[in-house]
Amino acid sequence: MEMILEARGILMVYPNGVVANRGASLEVQKNSIHAVVGENGAGKSTLMKVLFGMLQPQEGEIFFKGRKVQLRSPHEAIRLGIGMVHQHLMLASDLTVAENMVLGVEPRWGQLFLDTRKAQEITERVSKEYGLPVPADRKIKDLPIGVRQRVEIMKALYRNAELLILDEPTSVLTPQEGDVLFATLRQLKEHGKTIIFISHKLKEVKQIADRVTVMRDARVITTKEAGELTEHDIAYLMVGREISFERVPPPASVGETLLSVQGLSYVNEESMRVLNNVSFDVRAGEILGLAGVEGNGQTELVRILTGLLPAASGRITIKGRMVNGLSPRGIRETNTAHIPEDRMEDGAAAEASLQENVIVDRYYKSGFSRGLRLLWSSIFRHTQELIGRFNILAPSPRASVASLSGGNIQKVVVARELSSDPEVIIASQPTRGIDVGSEELVHNLLKEARDRGKAIFLTSADLDEILKLSNRILVIYNGELVVHFPNTAQLTGKDLGPFMLGVQREEAVSGKVRP
Amino acid sequence: MEKFVLRYFNLIRAVIAVVIGIVISVFLIYLVSKDPGFSLQQFLLGPILSRSRFSNVIETASPIILCGLAIAVAFQARQFNVGAEGALYLGAAVGTAFAVSTHMPAFLHIPLVLLVAAGVGAMWGMIPGILKAKWKASELVASLMLNYVAYYLGLYLINFHFRDKQAGYLASYQLPRTAWLAQFIPDTRMHWGILISLAMALLVYLFLYHTTSGYEIRMTGFNEHFARFGGINVFKVVVLCQLILGLLAGIGGMTEVMGIHRRFLWQSQGHPGYGWDGVVVAIIGRNHPLLIIAASFFLAYLRVGGQVLNLMSDVPAEMVTVIQSIIILLITAEAFLSQWRYRIMVRQAARQEVAV
Repeated sequence: MEMILEARGILMVYPNGVVANRGASLEVQKNSIHAVVGENGAGKSTLMKVLFGMLQPQEGEIFFKGRKVQLRSPHEAIRLGIGMVHQHLMLASDLTVAENMVLGVEPRWGQLFLDTRKAQEITERVSKEYGLPVPADRKIKDLPIGVRQRVEIMKALYRNAELLILDEPTSVLTPQEGDVLFATLRQLKEHGKTIIFISHKLKEVKQIADRVTVMRDARVITTKEAGELTEHDIAYLMVGREISFERVPPPASVGETLLSVQGLSYVNEESMRVLNNVSFDVRAGEILGLAGVEGNGQTELVRILTGLLPAASGRITIKGRMVNGLSPRGIRETNTAHIPEDRMEDGAAAEASLQENVIVDRYYKSGFSRGLRLLWSSIFRHTQELIGRFNILAPSPRASVASLSGGNIQKVVVARELSSDPEVIIASQPTRGIDVGSEELVHNLLKEARDRGKAIFLTSADLDEILKLSNRILVIYNGELVVHFPNTAQLTGKDLGPFMLGVQREEAVSGKVRP
Repeated sequence: MEKFVLRYFNLIRAVIAVVIGIVISVFLIYLVSKDPGFSLQQFLLGPILSRSRFSNVIETASPIILCGLAIAVAFQARQFNVGAEGALYLGAAVGTAFAVSTHMPAFLHIPLVLLVAAGVGAMWGMIPGILKAKWKASELVASLMLNYVAYYLGLYLINFHFRDKQAGYLASYQLPRTAWLAQFIPDTRMHWGILISLAMALLVYLFLYHTTSGYEIRMTGFNEHFARFGGINVFKVVVLCQLILGLLAGIGGMTEVMGIHRRFLWQSQGHPGYGWDGVVVAIIGRNHPLLIIAASFFLAYLRVGGQVLNLMSDVPAEMVTVIQSIIILLITAEAFLSQWRYRIMVRQAARQEVAV
């Protein structure tokens, strides 16, 4: 079997000292779909950036179609026939599909002007050749993510890419859109293209890949035929130990309502109605999941619940007490914890030490300070205890948070929020971008908290996470609740997809429970 | 060896920067001086060749330390208030006015005068803080502009109400002896201000690293979103840190008046400039109170060396300033030598690979 690409012994060290690739080698067969899997931080994206010329490794060599190549810039990679579709799409959103297609290689009309008709023709030709339908004259910003991604792929094809690298393409898609993407990839393979596909979702890898390369800790662990491996095998190789994927059984008993939201609306600074008449209850001992494509109001909802944003109208009560207009500390004082969706933005101060990070919600309380004075020795012991209890991999409570891996930083955040013994927990994207092992730990902690009678409100873009943990599920679309599933036992991602995309909706949805 | 370099990188970088700065200075002095060897000796060793000059270094360091601390408290909260100069000027002017118009025993007079200067400085520093916290006005612009307002307000106060017409030059009345900080070493102007500065450095250190308010300030500086998320009142922090800035700068100006000149005479010589030196030492000292002491002595040494050079040799004052600025510039350049460190890190990483 002919290899289209070979990378040997890649060493990539970032300027901050992080070693992202260590002796990484990869062989990709021509005309195959090759999955690269690994936990976050394993070095997948770095290796791909090296192969696309975005990063220059300190050691190692790359062969493309049997010839040794020096990839000094993405430009050279494109010229050789390597294309890349990034996780965060790189399209000009105010331009049309056709204009984006020809960006940088525009057909001109009298040297100065863009030949729009020619651009449309080109788009339609590529579209027909590969059987990928796109609306050539629509603006990118008016299109769903799945279609935008297709435009990125076509852009690479138009530039004669023979090898396409897709960096976590499904992380922004609904299950339905994911299926369409996979169909697209199979079509491209039939056209003789080679595809490198990065993912940490095992199901997808089994579904689409011919061969699988597993990375862990900046190294390539192994490369195997996909058929030889089960999902379970891949997970084991990725993490290095056994992982449970089973759904959490529903709680034995559910108590009284602790968090109650009634008719909540929010209008943002651009006068857009981001939340419209949202109502739900969360009871002691249950996890209420809020599913939805990102950017449909989840972020604002959580920020309002935690006092970081003021609501336009509506009523929020925690344990029967109205909390509208309370400061973040005021809300924390009602025994509410908050795991934020962006751990580096809200959840942690990267340059500060671990011990400084874990006391941000409690430094003024007795046990941590007396009068004005901080009691560093008690804080140090408290942090040590949390490091042990939450299995955080850190050299010392005095180590800076920035020196930890993403998964461990998330553990620091979760440790802080859950160790305050809250009654209400608002968790947004609690496992985004962390490794499977840490994810399992966070899931177990949330489940334990639930079993101890805490009320948990969970939002996540990861459907599997919502389905695994929640015993009730709401779907939000365009700032409105569109469906409520009071029972999740038989539910699958496919049931939620149409609601998340706004194709289907129910009237007057509320997540309230009848007493 | 390489591990040693990584560990003490900042220190090594500072030393190399100073050495390069001196090499450039040598070159410049050779260009303009007829007797470069003598000039160079005066510049580098002048400050320690006599007791009075060495005392000059300490006297000069004293207000710089206070201004450096002032700036550092604001910078630690990532508030770029550069109003130390204005707070120092106005604090000293009002403090002088208070001192010359009151009579009381020294044990009351000295602390009260310092308190007035500190209070005025604090109010002055707070203004950009409130503008920032309430209306998101840039504290950088506000404090910069308020420096001018402070300068002319102080000038007006002293020149129109407290000017000593018998002095023969533009100065305020002399402070009553009860408000003097004593000079305690004969033949020098060394006064108690330096002890106040060192004590303040210790206090600021304890405040920043061992109190809840200091913690709030530092966390807001590390990540404002994180601070707000965790329940810290960021509004309070923004105002408080700039209030402290003004307070410290006010004391810095007043000790200088009480210890050295015993009059306010900054109207004829223009701005004292310590507020700006404070920005420099805060940056060199990475906003850490104890490092700021070292940085202030270093800067004071450069300043006195420059004075000596100017006085004793044929090197013109302009060139002296150029040399000082080059040394400071090299020290404050963050990315200086970072490529070197990066290459060492890469080699270390490769070596670990072999070991594994």
